Order: sequence, then structure tokens, then C-alpha cells
Amino acid sequence: MARAVEELELGPRSEQWQPTDGRLLDVDDLFVEFRTRDGVARAINGVSFSLDEGDTLAILGESGSGKSVTAQAIMGIIDSPPGFITGGEIRYCGTDILTLSEEKRRAIRGPEISMIFQDALSALNPVFPVGWQIAEMFRIHRGTNKSDALDAAVTLMDRVSIPGARQRVKSFPHQFSGGMRQRIMIAVAIALDPAVLIADEPTTALDVTVQAQIMGLLKELQEERKMGLILITHDLGVVADVADRIALMYAGRIVERAGVFDLYRRPAHPYGEGLLESIPRLDQKGEELSAIKGLPPNLTRIPPGCPFNPRCRYAQDVCRVDPPPPLREVAPDRVAACHFAEDVLAGEAVRTDVR
Amino acid sequence: MGQYAIRRILQMIPVVLGTTFIIYASVFALGDPTVGRCGERACPPAYIAAFNAEYNLDKPLLVQYALYLGKLMHGDLGTSFYGNSVATELANRFPTTIKLAAIAVFFEAVIGIAAGIVAGVRKGRFIDSLVMVSTLVVISIPVFVIGTLAQLVFGIKLGWFPVTATQGTLWQLLMPGFVLAALSLAYVARLTRTSLVENLRADYVRTAKAKGLSRNRVIAVHTWRNSLIAVVTFIGLDIGGLMGGAVVTERIFNINGVGSYIFRSINQKDATAVVGAITVLVLIYLAVNLLVDLLYGVLDPRISHD
Repeated sequence: MARAVEELELGPRSEQWQPTDGRLLDVDDLFVEFRTRDGVARAINGVSFSLDEGDTLAILGESGSGKSVTAQAIMGIIDSPPGFITGGEIRYCGTDILTLSEEKRRAIRGPEISMIFQDALSALNPVFPVGWQIAEMFRIHRGTNKSDALDAAVTLMDRVSIPGARQRVKSFPHQFSGGMRQRIMIAVAIALDPAVLIADEPTTALDVTVQAQIMGLLKELQEERKMGLILITHDLGVVADVADRIALMYAGRIVERAGVFDLYRRPAHPYGEGLLESIPRLDQKGEELSAIKGLPPNLTRIPPGCPFNPRCRYAQDVCRVDPPPPLREVAPDRVAACHFAEDVLAGEAVRTDVR
Repeated sequence: MGQYAIRRILQMIPVVLGTTFIIYASVFALGDPTVGRCGERACPPAYIAAFNAEYNLDKPLLVQYALYLGKLMHGDLGTSFYGNSVATELANRFPTTIKLAAIAVFFEAVIGIAAGIVAGVRKGRFIDSLVMVSTLVVISIPVFVIGTLAQLVFGIKLGWFPVTATQGTLWQLLMPGFVLAALSLAYVARLTRTSLVENLRADYVRTAKAKGLSRNRVIAVHTWRNSLIAVVTFIGLDIGGLMGGAVVTERIFNINGVGSYIFRSINQKDATAVVGAITVLVLIYLAVNLLVDLLYGVLDPRISHD
């Protein structure tokens, strides 16, 4: 493994994109909606967060909470129509990339900001060899010739620990196991040494032992290259090991942002509380698994007030009327969007669901 | 690949036996071939007996078939009831039919795929609606209407193309080829569009975009080949069908091809000619099918022929 690392040339970062004070990415009050026949689905409603060099931010939430849409908005790969970014800024190294031309945007995708997807079998093109798919990055963005690009692909496959890389460079995605496929996906994403890597549920389609290996690899690569990593997941276990900070999303909003240990120790938002309680625990064997009651809201009809109020055990009248509670600082270095965040944090919130 | 091909060829044997028997049985079961052969009068019994003996019609069906098959093995397609070698008759007509089919497939593939890609890429826009509506119109109009209309407008009124293709030259076959292609062209365009639209939504297309590839490259390199698989199947099977000649088109443009030969032979109750011609068509169809299946393996590496 050490040998493979030496072979990889990590060239200097592009001069055009230099982070100021280590700040790579600033997402500021982002709004995204999907205009469908059934109405306008408000997928992202004012999301803000930032990412520094070497930082790992986990975006956590249920399906439909808007975490993948956030990632796709940063990448600029939302299908439009039906998707539209209706507000906010996404600043990469200080420049609002939403205002850039498609061509300039494309030059960022891959060399600067890169992404890996959930299901590597469907995310890799079935009719091209994996080496070709990795080499394509060098050929398109750097104009590398065919054989040099393929050599670079072999080196990368070596780096992500695919055994017999040189022999397997011409194999097709379906000839690999799930874990190996995800490694190839990672190789594609890190090929041009991006500053930001977005991993959209990278381990969801894998079994648990392989999950740990893939997360380990991601962590390793991040440290090696000082990448900013955005980890999108609904798996609380994955987050605990890898992330520095967590942004908890619900119905297209960030409802809590905190350091990973702070949030695990004591969430400030009732949604986070519910999520943590729903983790199965060994010392509760035989008991019924607890779950947050109800379903996430339909994004075409988000309820007035706090979007979580129909499912919240502490909901009071103030929660059911607009405006929704703003994201505010409730403790040092943590923000939450709940009228009773301090009470939840102190464990003193009054339950209103039991009479 | 080689093993696969051999296995497939072996599988063809029962198919050939089955189809030829069904054709043979149904054609020879259709009435008495000597009726009407002697003008207004009924044929003399001696003639009928001689005729039946010559074509083995006096023997039981299975024996007849076995004898026919025996000759077929030696490449002898028999002699038509009018005394001509069926093989020679077919050999005279196949070049015309092949030319016609090639022209049709060319139009079908080039125009059909191009129209499908343009429509698929601009889904929901004007050009897409134009392709969808015009292909629907073509699909709804019977080929004899398109054929005679083309003949009238482009052949007679405008005089751009020859009205008939009696000699079967390439120039003469151009308009008939297009008419013959019209229906399949419409299907190919729609199929290409649908499968392109489908594939443009695929996860790997999203990956291709995330890799920072241009839209043209995403479509031309990453989506095109995946979309082509369904279209190749359709065109492949269509070639099989076109080799059988196009009875209607050949009649309209007076083309002396395999289709019109079969049509005439059926009218004349020329059983040997019909069976011979159709047997050859079955073999061609099976061969084309095999080629299409082998081509899959080339287009889609997930399909393995080992």
C-alpha cells in the first residue's frame, strides 16, 4: 500500500481555486424546488453550512429530507427542469459557483468538487471497462493520452486496494463485487485530487464488514489529501466514526448543526432525539424498537410552523404557526431550529403527546 | 463465442424441421394442385396420376415430406409445377430483394436513429412532438397507401424518381426502399427516443455529469451505446423480415423480387415453389437472428456467450 501511495503524484492544487483561511465551501441560504405536475416540491428551504479543508461534515436525515438534493445542487447536476435553484449562494473558495457558466462549472466538477454515489453498480456505466471509466477523468480534464491515462487508472485502482489492478483494468463493473465496485467509484472521484469530496450514502448498498472497509478507505484518502468530505447518510453508526460535525436535515431544512460528540451525547432538536432513540441497543434486547411516529411531510405540502411539529412529542401551539423556528445558537458551536431547544438539551422539555 | 454459435446452430435443426414440416403440410393440404391446369376441362386421369407420381403426391404426407427433405439436404429445392428449378428462380430474384432490403435498412437505421436521438435529447420540445406525431402518422397509414401516394407524387407529378422498378437497379429501388422502410423507420425512431430518454435518467448518466463531461459526450459516448441495444434487436429482426421480400411494395412498384415470386406461386398453387422459397427464408431468418444475438455480446459486455 505504501508503495502505491508514493507512485501517486499529487500535483499542486489549481491556482485559481485557493481556499481562504482553509474555507472550501460555503452554502448560504440555499433554496431548491422541483416543479412537478402534482405541484411544487420544496426540497431545500434555506440550507446553510460550510466546509473547511480536511473537515468531515455529515449530513444526516431520512429519505426525502433533501440531503441528496443538496449534494446535487453543489455538484450542479440537478435535472432542470423539473429542479430549480431558486435562492441562495454556493461559494467555492469564495466564488459563487451558481453564477458561473456551464463550461466553467464543468471544469470544477471532477478536479475541484467530486462525488461518489450510493449504488456503484448502476452508477458505473455497464458497457465500458472500469479502467476506461477512471482514465476518462484524465483524458477529458487533462488531455492525457490513452495509455498514460490507463496507467494512471491502474495506479488509482492500486491505491483503492483493488487486488490485481493491472489485470482487472479491462474488466467491466458487473465483474466486480459490491465493495470493489464502490472502490472503483471512489477511484473515479478522487482521480483528479479534488478539494471537496461528496459521498452520497457510499455504504448503503454494502454489507456491514465491507461498509467499514470503505469508510476506512475514505477516511484514509481524506487525510492523505486534506480533502473536505461531505458524507451524506441516514446511518448514525457510519457518522459516529468518521464525521467531525453533523448537520441534521428535516424536510429540506437543517434542524440542528453540532459537533458529532455533542450531538450524540445530547441532541438539541426533538428530531435528533428521536433518531438516536431509534438505534437498536444491545442492552434493550427483547423490547420493542422505538421509532419516530408518523412520516416525513410531503414536500409539496409542508405544514405551517415547524415542519416536524406533527411528529414532535413536545409540540405546542407556537410550533404549529408560521414562521418556523429559526436556526439559532443554543450552546457554544451548536445551532438548532426548535423553540424549546434549550429544554430539549437539558432534558426538561414537556411532553405534550401523552395525556 | 464459438461454442455458443455451434450450440445455437444445433438448436436450429429442430426449428428448421418443425417449420418446414408445417409449411409443407399446410401448403400441400391446400386443395388439388391439378385443378385448373388443363384449362376449362378437368385433367385426364392419366395426367393426374403422372403429376402425382412426379411430385410424390400419391404417397402419405410423412413420406412425401421425408422425400422432400432428402432432396433439400442435397441443396435441391425441387422443380416448380411449371418445370423451372426453384433454386434458379430464387437465385434470379434474391439480388433484387437484397438490394431493396439494404436500401430500406439503410434509411431505417440512419434516419430512424437520427430522428430518435434528436427527439430524445430534446424531449418535450417542438422537435420531439414533430417526430412523435409524424411517426404516428406513418404508423397509422397502410403501406399500400404510402406506396401509391409516393408513386403518384414523386414518380408521376414531380417526376423525381422512376415510377416502377422493373429492372431492379439501385436508382429505381430508391423510392420503393424508402416506402418499405417508412413503417420500420417510424418504429426505430420511437424506440431510439424511448430508450435514450430512459437511459438519460440512469444513474451512470448522473455519474457522467458529475465527472464533468460535456452534455454531448454524456449523450454520444455514455448513453448512446446503451440505448442502441434495443434498436439493434429491432433492426436485426427487421432484416430477417425484409429478406423475405415485401409482397405489397414489390407489387406496387412491379419489382421482380422474392416477395412477388411467393405471391405469384401462391396464386398459381405452385406448392413446390412456395415451400422451397419459404424454407430458404426460414434459414435466412434464423441466421440473421443468430447474428443479432452474437452482436449483443459485442454491444453489452454483461451478456456473455460462454
